[in-house]
Amino acid sequence: MTAVTAKGKPVKKGFLYNMSHYKEYYIMLIPGILFFLVFCYGPMYGLVIAFQNYYPLKGISGSPFVGLKHFKALFNDPFFVSVLKNTLIISFYKLLICFPAPIILSLILNEIKCMPFKKFAQSISYLPHFVSWVVVSGIIIEFLSPSRGPINILLQNLGFESIFFVAEPKCFRGVLVLSDLWKSIGWGSIVYLAAVTAVDPTLYEAAEMDGAGRIKKIIHVTLPALAPIITVMLIMESGKILNDSFEQVYNFLTPSTYSVGDVISTFVYRMGIQKMQYSFTTAVDLFKNTISFILVILTNYVARKTNDYALW
Amino acid sequence: MKKNKNNDEEIASVRKRKRSREDWIVDGFAYGMAAILVIAIILPFMQVITVSMSPASVVNATGFHLFPTKFDFSGYKKIATDNNFWHSYLNTILRAVIGTSSGVLITIMTAYPLSKVNLPYRKGLMLFVVFTMYFSGGMIPKYLLIKNLHLTNNFLVYILPCLITGFALIITRNFFMSIPGELEESAKIDGATPWRVLFGIYLPLSKPVVATISLWYCVHHWNSWMDNMLYVTKSNLYVLQYVLQTILTNGQTADMETMTDVIIHTETMKMAALVLSLLPIVCTYPFLQKYFVKGMLVGSVKG
Repeated sequence: MTAVTAKGKPVKKGFLYNMSHYKEYYIMLIPGILFFLVFCYGPMYGLVIAFQNYYPLKGISGSPFVGLKHFKALFNDPFFVSVLKNTLIISFYKLLICFPAPIILSLILNEIKCMPFKKFAQSISYLPHFVSWVVVSGIIIEFLSPSRGPINILLQNLGFESIFFVAEPKCFRGVLVLSDLWKSIGWGSIVYLAAVTAVDPTLYEAAEMDGAGRIKKIIHVTLPALAPIITVMLIMESGKILNDSFEQVYNFLTPSTYSVGDVISTFVYRMGIQKMQYSFTTAVDLFKNTISFILVILTNYVARKTNDYALW
Repeated sequence: MKKNKNNDEEIASVRKRKRSREDWIVDGFAYGMAAILVIAIILPFMQVITVSMSPASVVNATGFHLFPTKFDFSGYKKIATDNNFWHSYLNTILRAVIGTSSGVLITIMTAYPLSKVNLPYRKGLMLFVVFTMYFSGGMIPKYLLIKNLHLTNNFLVYILPCLITGFALIITRNFFMSIPGELEESAKIDGATPWRVLFGIYLPLSKPVVATISLWYCVHHWNSWMDNMLYVTKSNLYVLQYVLQTILTNGQTADMETMTDVIIHTETMKMAALVLSLLPIVCTYPFLQKYFVKGMLVGSVKG
């Protein structure tokens, strides 16, 4: 707690006075602070093992310190390089397809004036968000099944061979991107839709006076109104470029698709939890988390410079 | 509301007057795309439901499986006799109830002091919370921590490590900050303690946000399986999603290994298990949907 309180410098009264005067508030905070200390900052302390040869029996205090050995090993590890490449490629595809899709959906929904249909489409599109990746992967794998899946049956009827999409290395990344799109497009559109409905209707009227058609109104009124929120979301997304979704990839991944689908988190799980290379995989995670953190700070800085609208 | 209606009518009348070709194209595109999206989301669900209630002969025949042609509930019967499945179902319900109620309690208890603008060290405390949203120790240190705390193979491992999420905390805090401070002032003059103010005044006024974060926590608990996979090896503590995962990948749970006609039934059994796990979500979803969305919008207001 002292580390935290030291940060709150602009305080006129002394520490003891504050503690006694706001005693009940601080008592209320105790469970929450304890939670963050133990379960969020505890693992951060555990990151020390990335610089050690960690032996579970000796613990953090007893394990020998080896400096940057694991980080050097990281970049000489052929598996890690390919895993990093997979992570970046998959994230890039997701950013390319899954980021703009909800924006487009919100524009489309905004053009629909038939309220019952709009409500229905929204409700249906949110539904997959509430379903776990275990279930989604089960559903998608069934849907893409070579013998029963509608897409494969269409392919067969057109005279092509059916494809086992989920096990085919060429299609695997596509499956990941599209299943993510399927799950997140509706839910992602909520934020944009809220911003779209908040647009001042007089702006549309003015645009109409100037002879703007509906497409022009979308481009010159709706999209500029969305620009700030798009910036913020882009910041959040670009910070996640290394945060592959373990829950998703793990449920789709099979040994036949390791070459294209194995990402950092699944790699860490296999090497760390199953093969007990604790120090090496912690170094992998630390590398990933540090880069992600720097990315968020950087993109936020850029957004504030250009747009006056940032996360903080 | 009334104003809105007038506005809509106005817009409608404007559109009636001059429906250009552009209108037709835009409308056609919008309705068409929305319809395609709806179909793309519903179709996989339809196939799962159909396969779950079809006999093996139909399931193994090639062709579309979007509407059931013959009914056969042997998949459901197999799952119904699977004790592992129902035990995990019970564990999940237990976990959702305990985890959600304790999580919401701790979240509002933490959010309330942080919503007080004049609380000393508030900025530092917020930084302390927000930092955890952007940086984490990662899978391995957390795993070792849980192990050292002796939480492995313990029901508490489902509850304690996910008591608070930073996002829910900030949303709750923002909501509390929007409640006028005069209410608290006057209650304090009457001698109310902060505890009384929180539970007597703030909580009744915060129903929408409490509903939203409860639903989020509840969905999180219903859907989580990673903590089970990482920290729990005792099968009587397994949760639904993890058991479902083993059913989906192996086609059978541990005590069904002796069955002979596995191949014929696994597909229907898998899909039946899937449908059963989806049932609570799909049944409550239409009634609860508005709360999810409300919270999302509360959250997008910056604090």
